[in-house]
Amino acid sequence: MNDNLQQQLIKDLLIESFEGLDIFDREMLALEKGEGNAETLNNVFRIIHTIKGSSGCIGLGKIESVTHVGESLLSLLRDGKLAFGQEMIRALLEYSDALKAMLRSLEQTGTQGDADYSTLLQKLQSLQNIAPATPAPAAVFGLFEDEPVAVLQPGPSAEPAPKPVVSTVPVVETAIVPEKAVVEKEPAARSGTFISDTAIRVDVGQLDKLMNLVGELVLARNQIVQFTAQSQEPTLLNAAQRINTITTELQENVMKTRMQPIGNVWAKFPRIVHDMAHDLGKKVELVMEGKETDLDRTIIEAIKDPLTHLIRNAVDHGIETPAARRAAGKPEQGTLTLRAFHEGGQVNIEILDNGHGIDIAKVKEKAIQRSVVTPDQAATMTDREVFNLIFLPGFSTAEKVTNVSGRGVGMDVVKTNIEKIGGSVDVLSEAGQGTTLKIKIPLTLAIIPALIVTSGGERFAIPQVSLLELVRLEAEQARKGIEMLYGAPIYRLRGLLLPLAYLNRELKLDVSAAGSTDGNPVNIVVLQADGRQFGMVVDEINDTEEIVVKPLGKQLKSITCFAGATIMGDGKVALILDVMGLAQHANVVAEVRDRAVAGKTKAAEKVDERQTLLLFNAGQNSRMAIPLSMVARLEEFPRSQVERSGNQEVVQYRGQILPLIQIANYLPNATATRSEADPVQVVVYSEAGRSVGLVVSKINDIVQEVLAVKRSTGRDGILGSAVVQDKVTDLLDVIGIIRTADPGFYDETTKI
Amino acid sequence: MTNTKQFCTFFVNGLFFGIEVLKVQEVIRYQEMTRVPLAPATIQGLINLRGQIVTAIDLRRRLELPPREADQLPMNVVVRSDDGAVSLLVDEIGDVVEIQDDIYEQPPETLKGVARELVQGVYKLKERLLLILDTERTVTLNTAVTRT
Repeated sequence: MNDNLQQQLIKDLLIESFEGLDIFDREMLALEKGEGNAETLNNVFRIIHTIKGSSGCIGLGKIESVTHVGESLLSLLRDGKLAFGQEMIRALLEYSDALKAMLRSLEQTGTQGDADYSTLLQKLQSLQNIAPATPAPAAVFGLFEDEPVAVLQPGPSAEPAPKPVVSTVPVVETAIVPEKAVVEKEPAARSGTFISDTAIRVDVGQLDKLMNLVGELVLARNQIVQFTAQSQEPTLLNAAQRINTITTELQENVMKTRMQPIGNVWAKFPRIVHDMAHDLGKKVELVMEGKETDLDRTIIEAIKDPLTHLIRNAVDHGIETPAARRAAGKPEQGTLTLRAFHEGGQVNIEILDNGHGIDIAKVKEKAIQRSVVTPDQAATMTDREVFNLIFLPGFSTAEKVTNVSGRGVGMDVVKTNIEKIGGSVDVLSEAGQGTTLKIKIPLTLAIIPALIVTSGGERFAIPQVSLLELVRLEAEQARKGIEMLYGAPIYRLRGLLLPLAYLNRELKLDVSAAGSTDGNPVNIVVLQADGRQFGMVVDEINDTEEIVVKPLGKQLKSITCFAGATIMGDGKVALILDVMGLAQHANVVAEVRDRAVAGKTKAAEKVDERQTLLLFNAGQNSRMAIPLSMVARLEEFPRSQVERSGNQEVVQYRGQILPLIQIANYLPNATATRSEADPVQVVVYSEAGRSVGLVVSKINDIVQEVLAVKRSTGRDGILGSAVVQDKVTDLLDVIGIIRTADPGFYDETTKI
Repeated sequence: MTNTKQFCTFFVNGLFFGIEVLKVQEVIRYQEMTRVPLAPATIQGLINLRGQIVTAIDLRRRLELPPREADQLPMNVVVRSDDGAVSLLVDEIGDVVEIQDDIYEQPPETLKGVARELVQGVYKLKERLLLILDTERTVTLNTAVTRT
């Protein structure tokens, strides 16, 4: 047979079989729960039958013969000649694993592997003999009993050996009879086919190419739109407008083709949970919600292992044994819920178990033991801080190491892996009630938001996920603000020491081109790498942009400071900084992590009583503040972008309509003035997916203060006053103002 | 009967080089480049080839020849490698020539240094020698990166 054709056939077989076996596992679990019906059995039978047929076709004798045994057993089950039992299901699942192992070996080494499955197959054989639902003809069993000897001994080489089947076992001829009957039944069975005729398989590389081309088109579109904006020619303007919308739509649709439902990753979990629960003697029900939530395939790949680990963890450490659950007054069966949904341009995945929760005392004890925190610190830590300790390397509160825990990756690796793709993990737990892990991940890795900066005359992109804040020091501040600690530059950021690195020095850029001389303002980009903060001094901060990430050639792979490159709107190439690599290069995060955590918790302690406040001016009230935690974003819009919808001022914001509220109108002494400032300064407030923009006249500062609020008496729109930075400052009643301005806002949010 | 092969030819520091035509994706004029900080000097920068980011290797540096005059703009010979397209910066582009196999010879033993490693063979043309480059080796920088 043509080699290429053979390769293609094997590839098709692999894809089809792996998919099939996943379904097989799922159906088996359904059968176990008693949810299966005749169609379920037909389904699993068909899967095995298909693998047998295809592998026989391309001369994979071993796989064919192994599938044959399972097929015989399944056909008896299907015909109701055998009854289903626990043991049967376990054997069949084991059987599915064996098939997967062989297929995987075929995928990786091109051979069918030399593992010996005769014990398993013997078991399947013997299962055919027990507990028949109705006595089956003895002749049939006789035939099968002879089979393993001949069929199931693969030659020492993994060469396909279909011949022996025919030549050494004369009875096989007759054994095929039931199978033939099956083949005839096939068309009827196929009528309930599960593979849709409307879907085709496309090579992922082809989709990546398409994605690349669309990225290019987007850039060309941007240039055309920019250029035609100066033109008066209506035809040209029209065409440009159409190209604009079509390109956007094309981009969205091509993105969609790379999306896969998260259910693809989850497909394996019922089996994992089933096996683990069985091994640990626990009863666990797995509930999956939002299987159809779409994710980019690169992300699907990246979250597979972390999710598997979290699921294992939840079953192993989270959910208690039936006895313990009964003692705690809970139903014997624990529930593990997987939930996925889209929110705010991100994908949220939640893993909830109703087990015993995280034991705060135990975590603290462990943390003190490993000198991660001091007893004093531990005493003042909030629950949330304690939960986050479990993400430290080598941290385990499991009382004993089971064969389940210790396999795979630790929680710290889970966190690192998720953060690597720009996601975050959060853990919540209530003693006795259970644990919830919340994972947020971006929709795609191919296009990421980034901050564009200039240093030494070159542009660089910094992924937004590692960006914490921007600090600009004016001339005077710059000279005094940056202190030297044994030659290492340090800046005091709200009382904490922030190590600094100069991008132009780290990258050995042309320093003379930069305005790094004294007297110029200094721009610090505060970044986070591996849980540590550091400041990167750059010459200029340009803009934020959505960039298309492209890999660097192998010649440049070893430079750890760069994560890739991208093409900017003007067609030039800019490098994307790898924040982690850069931090290591600059030696700003070299300290041991334990120390970092200790420092962090200490800082958190101090900050605990303090609040971070956004200071701004609105109308005639000169100094106002709101807690920064209520601010989703700060934005500037040119006045020309403000549109009207009825009586409401609105702006288009991230593809949505953002209603604007003039704060000044809701304050005491309101003179119904409208701030005419251009650009319009807006504080974006979001709640449950709905946003509103609060228009202020000027943003002043962000400060951390211990708040001592004096309740004010009956002043609308103001919660009270406090002394902030030695000046009296009014605290804005954000919720109150939104209620007055848009009474429906909160109702609608709660509805959603 | 002898077989013939086609080569894309170019000049680097007066030397006449050739790369098998099938390995050359395209030849383009000088492109503006984004230089890569911390990269070895051999790497001149990155160019945007219709949305594809291509690493540009300066052949003069790669072959350890004296640097190009400041006012002389190099040309890009974009070759296909296992790792995607890579651009080789050369002084001047020559013709695509068709040459018979029988004037081919292994590089002389006296060829020293990096040329010994990168020159696959020599075609003895009437007027001059055509040095054939091993593209895969040329785009692989074994002294990978100078990191400090």
